[in-house]
Amino acid sequence: MNWHGVLAIYRFEMARFWRTLLQSFLSPVLSTSLYFVVFGSAIGSRIQEVEGIEYGAFIVPGLIMLSVMTQGISNASFGIYFPKFLGTIYELLSAPVDHREIVLGYVGAAATKSMFIGVVILATAALFVDLPVAHPSAMILFMVLTSLSFALMGFIIGIWARSFEQLQLVPLLVVTPLVFLGGAFYSISMLPPIWQSVTLFNPVVYLISGFRWSFFGAADVPVLFSLIAIGGFTVLCLAVIAWIFKSGWRIRS
Amino acid sequence: MPAILSVRDVRKAYENGFEALKRVNLEIEQGEILAFLGPNGAGKTTLISTICGITLPTEGQITVGGFDTQVDFRSARNLIGLVPQEINLEPFETVLNTVRFSRGLFGKPRNDVLIEEILKKLSLWDKRKARISELSGGMKRRVLIAKALSHEPKVLFLDEPTAGVDVELRKDMWEVVAELKAAGVTIILTTHYIEEAEAIADRIGVIRRGEILLVEDKQTLMAQMGQKILQVQLTAPLSEVPASLAAYDLSVGDDGQSLVYSYDTQAERTGITALLNAIAQAGLVLADVQTRQSSLEEIFVGLVHEEEKAA
Repeated sequence: MNWHGVLAIYRFEMARFWRTLLQSFLSPVLSTSLYFVVFGSAIGSRIQEVEGIEYGAFIVPGLIMLSVMTQGISNASFGIYFPKFLGTIYELLSAPVDHREIVLGYVGAAATKSMFIGVVILATAALFVDLPVAHPSAMILFMVLTSLSFALMGFIIGIWARSFEQLQLVPLLVVTPLVFLGGAFYSISMLPPIWQSVTLFNPVVYLISGFRWSFFGAADVPVLFSLIAIGGFTVLCLAVIAWIFKSGWRIRS
Repeated sequence: MPAILSVRDVRKAYENGFEALKRVNLEIEQGEILAFLGPNGAGKTTLISTICGITLPTEGQITVGGFDTQVDFRSARNLIGLVPQEINLEPFETVLNTVRFSRGLFGKPRNDVLIEEILKKLSLWDKRKARISELSGGMKRRVLIAKALSHEPKVLFLDEPTAGVDVELRKDMWEVVAELKAAGVTIILTTHYIEEAEAIADRIGVIRRGEILLVEDKQTLMAQMGQKILQVQLTAPLSEVPASLAAYDLSVGDDGQSLVYSYDTQAERTGITALLNAIAQAGLVLADVQTRQSSLEEIFVGLVHEEEKAA
């Protein structure tokens, strides 16, 4: 294992994050505050409680998940797409690093960044509402697994993309709708029965439900299902990445 | 001495059917400098990319330091440094971090003393904290060289390292190459500048349409294939070659006061003695006599044209 190589990639990627620290930090703080103003105060004042939880607090896990997922994808996809775009990927392809090390470096850095943003949102939210955390270790586990698996998905998108437009396409057209329809801002028990069934096909439902359970001890779907969903998604992404490197698809001619 | 780089029957064909390399064979010994010459699209960069692992060979085997580049890619690539033709660098990172990154990527622990030495040698030390985007084209090319040297390679590939750079950098680079050779590093470079190959290479390879036409010791190549030119300076000008000298393949020099005769150094008889006698008999008076060897450029152009005719 070339650990120096992994660390070099990780540090190089994190350096990009530190260079834009203000933007990395301010952007989630601002958007979280806006969500609280709009959903928490304006709409929340009419909803009051969902399943016995104050609405302002109820949306926090969904908000964190939304950012962790989208940031994990965008950081990892950009991280590997940018060297392809610049041509600096030649160095990665000619270096004594294998695909595990490349993935560890890029996905590790992207997951770190998205977790950092998740923590910033959590801290910002704690300024607005009371936030009990019923199962702290489960909360950390869900955040780590979600940021890792979505960073893996981002890595695949970054390899697949041939333009900056394509890079934005999947997060915009697939992930954001799935998160909004995945119970980020409501409990799926609030939906009509038919939509409750349909929504169970949305994998994001399981992640948000599990993460919310770690805060409030209440979930839309059993926690075990949530863990199986995120585990399955991680394995799927790893399998796709293994195939990409084996075949050289879109990286090595 | 066993070859440090061995390329055996390597073929590279793309999905569209284009064959970029046609059964290339090559052996390079440690410490030598091999220069590849060839027209655009000849396959020089494809050959380098295939050896370095950027593209995969369709067939054949490549070993570096005895390690197969596919089976034991880690050991093979550890020995290789690559300076690519295109200036590909992350624009927002500093020079120092960019070079440190390369060393780490190749599995080497941080070594600030060595990096400082490399940056100073390439006149980059003062710019170490500058972002890549702030550098001139020549400086960026120096950064590429520093990156390749940062992990102390045993085999260095320079893909057109002096394309579009000023004379100063070219001279600096030649000095660096000479130092590396003295340290036992094997260097393979591709170039359009034939004088560059002539100045620094030990062996010359000529590649065209995915085939290596020849790989030959530079001196042997120039001696074997070189024509020599004899220029006979006269005391009086002349407008055309006198009829009595028509039997010789002569031409009037550009100055209008000399006769130019080319001959093969390897031929049994060069015909010089007979020619000089004939010139004297024609009543021409000699002022001076000069000979010169044809340059590598003339050899290269001649060779490629010859192949084109044969094709």
